[in-house]
Amino acid sequence: MVVTTDPHDDPTLAAVAEGVDRVCADFDDDYWSACDVEHRFPWEFYDAMAAGGWVGIAIPEAHGGGGQGIAAAAMVLNRVAASGAAMNGSSALHLTMFGLNPVVRFGNDRLKDTFLPRAATGELHVAFGVTEPDAGTDTSRISTRAVDDGHGGFVVTGRKVWTTKALESEVVLLLTRTDTDPDDRLGGLTLFLADLDERHVDIRPIPKLGRNAVASCEVAYDRLPVEGWRMVGERGQGFRHLLHGLNPERILLAAMSCGIGEAAVRRAVAYASEREVFGRPIGANQSISHPLAVAHMQLRAAAAVMWDAARRYDADLPCGEQANTAKYLAAEAAFLAADRAVQTLGGMGYATEYHVERYWREARLQRIAPVSQEMTCNYVAQQVLGLPRSY
Amino acid sequence: MNVVVCVKQIPDPADPGALDPSTKTLKRDGKLILDESDSYGVEMALQLVDAAGGGEVTLVSMAPNSEVGGLRTALAMGAAKAVLVSDDALKGSDALGTSKVLAKAIERAGAADLILTATESSDGYTGTVPEMVAELMGLPSVTFAKSITIDGGAAKVQRQTEAGYDDVECPLPAVVSVTAGVVEPRYPSFKGIMAAKSKPVDEVTVADLGIDAGAVGWAGGGQEIVEVAEAEAREAGTIVEDDGEGFQKVVDYLSELKVI
Ligand SMILES: Cc1cc2nc3c(=O)[nH]c(=O)nc-3n(C[C@H](O)[C@H](O)[C@H](O)COP(=O)(O)OP(=O)(O)OC[C@H]3O[C@@H](n4cnc5c(N)ncnc54)[C@H](O)[C@@H]3O)c2cc1C
Ligand SMILES: Cc1cc2nc3c(=O)[nH]c(=O)nc-3n(C[C@H](O)[C@H](O)[C@H](O)COP(=O)(O)OP(=O)(O)OC[C@H]3O[C@@H](n4cnc5c(N)ncnc54)[C@H](O)[C@@H]3O)c2cc1C
Repeated sequence: MVVTTDPHDDPTLAAVAEGVDRVCADFDDDYWSACDVEHRFPWEFYDAMAAGGWVGIAIPEAHGGGGQGIAAAAMVLNRVAASGAAMNGSSALHLTMFGLNPVVRFGNDRLKDTFLPRAATGELHVAFGVTEPDAGTDTSRISTRAVDDGHGGFVVTGRKVWTTKALESEVVLLLTRTDTDPDDRLGGLTLFLADLDERHVDIRPIPKLGRNAVASCEVAYDRLPVEGWRMVGERGQGFRHLLHGLNPERILLAAMSCGIGEAAVRRAVAYASEREVFGRPIGANQSISHPLAVAHMQLRAAAAVMWDAARRYDADLPCGEQANTAKYLAAEAAFLAADRAVQTLGGMGYATEYHVERYWREARLQRIAPVSQEMTCNYVAQQVLGLPRSY
Repeated sequence: MNVVVCVKQIPDPADPGALDPSTKTLKRDGKLILDESDSYGVEMALQLVDAAGGGEVTLVSMAPNSEVGGLRTALAMGAAKAVLVSDDALKGSDALGTSKVLAKAIERAGAADLILTATESSDGYTGTVPEMVAELMGLPSVTFAKSITIDGGAAKVQRQTEAGYDDVECPLPAVVSVTAGVVEPRYPSFKGIMAAKSKPVDEVTVADLGIDAGAVGWAGGGQEIVEVAEAEAREAGTIVEDDGEGFQKVVDYLSELKVI
């Protein structure tokens, strides 16, 4: 048997690519540009993806999902991003697709039975509430508190920032502080799947550079009641439960980045072949063609590491190095590709109508959130190379 | 209720087509896909079977090189099985030859209450196959359906016309051609695509259908393509000088074309 890193050699992944490409073909760049300009959530696209089972692909079959692993989820998000939907399309789906991973892994039966079947059909929208104004990269500092209500439940008060899709979501996977343990930096934090109940929750979108079809919000929690069974996993273990999801999250981010890069290179190549300046196509100039070739090669390399990481994760093998490497390489390659696409299109690269400026704004995000390039380097420096900690 | 849908597998219209200079026919050696025109028939068939509360949709296709790409798409949408006729003897078949083969293949697919086709294919678009199939099978034929409902042993069809539609009723089984765009074809789902891989495709030859190879293909062609010529370059348009009544000339021109 020939073993390749080309995911299309895997019949299931090839089927995923085929099905997702078919849906995406009906949502062109103009659709995404309009959603972005109008700050409009792409409902039509979301509903079509949900109906096909693509949103629920990684939810276990027992709960009505597709029962697939991270590789299939990565393929969905990669093809969505590569269609030109970029982050506007992939972020619309991402949290329902994989945000509930801690519930799948650590949730009690009632939680799973109540929410997973609706996530499998795509009906349930989920937000992820971790980052706070004073706790981003250093999650251990979060201060949103969940206090016992004396009847087995909790009352949550605090402030989160950047909660993506908070406006559309019914529930939020919320990281709170329940206890303080001076001896355990990662302890004292507890995860809940809480309702975004407007009587206790105030949501305000944060104006931002790009990916404007999907808002990220400042969310204030004012004495939000949360029933005890909504706790995900164990009290005090919330941060550790989240750590479990970091590698798959990095893999998915890498998949999306590779998709954006692919879209950018595709547009740049088409333009460079057609646009004539000084009587010949601009693509004949090596200062135009070589950077596109470099971007393509770097995207291929990033994708190869990403598929390797995905396969390892699905096979229960350690994949921290591969997932972090993929995330780093893909974010750099996507940004290079988008930046070179803008350059290739010259003045038109700066015009909304030609779409590459949208890719560029969205590719930029991949180097910052949800994990910065610096923190990926920290991981590799410390965990892989054995260098001293910086934090 | 069992419905047979004829689905043509055609070269991807997104790829520029090419003619084979020796045979003067379209090159069909690459990968073929489901003709979009037929996706409406597949969707309508699935809806009818659903509404009837039982039965299944069977596909019938004639295509070179054992092609199943387009069939898998329709199976992924929800069709249960397919009959594929693929045989070198079919090369060069004209619309009548194609119809003879499809008629036999439909019989092989099992007792059908209804046979659906598109009104015309996207690549050959003679728009003649459905009626010839009906004639060969001795069945009634209704064309240009925009909606179909089943009432006992009859089909009630809204048949699209230039001005609106006619209500037509015909006994079953019947051959009905479906107008493009009248239903929203579903996207193949993840589970549908996975299930389609193991749905049965009954691949048969001309001999399996009891057809004499001399009656189809180049041998059976009742006509011959003698020449292929470049389309004439478009003529210059008509220039209407606006003397204050320019709008009337535009209106007259458009109504002559039956555009308005
Ligand atoms: C569009 C968008 C959507 C988001 N969606 C969500 C969401 O849905 N849910 C959610 O919880 N969060 C979300 N976030 C937040 C995101 O996860 C954080 O922005 C990210 O974790 C960085 O945190 P910070 O912004 O507080 O940066 P800070 O932690 O303040 O860091 C600032 C800079 O310092 C660098 N730095 C910090 N410490 C070190 C160190 N030890 N070594 C080297 N460099 C260091 C960082 O890399 C970064 O460049 C989103 C952010 C954006 C922009
Ligand atoms: C360049 C070129 C030259 C041709 N020259 C001739 C010619 O000289 N004489 C001639 O008679 N034909 C000719 N054909 C037509 C060709 O043989 C037809 O493609 C074929 O016979 C079917 O006819 P159609 O596609 O026009 O069917 P249509 O009548 O337009 O098809 C209507 C519907 O019938 C069904 N159907 C048709 N074909 C199939 C199939 N193979 N499998 C399953 N369902 C099907 C589909 O539902 C289709 O939408 C030519 C085609 C080309 C591209």
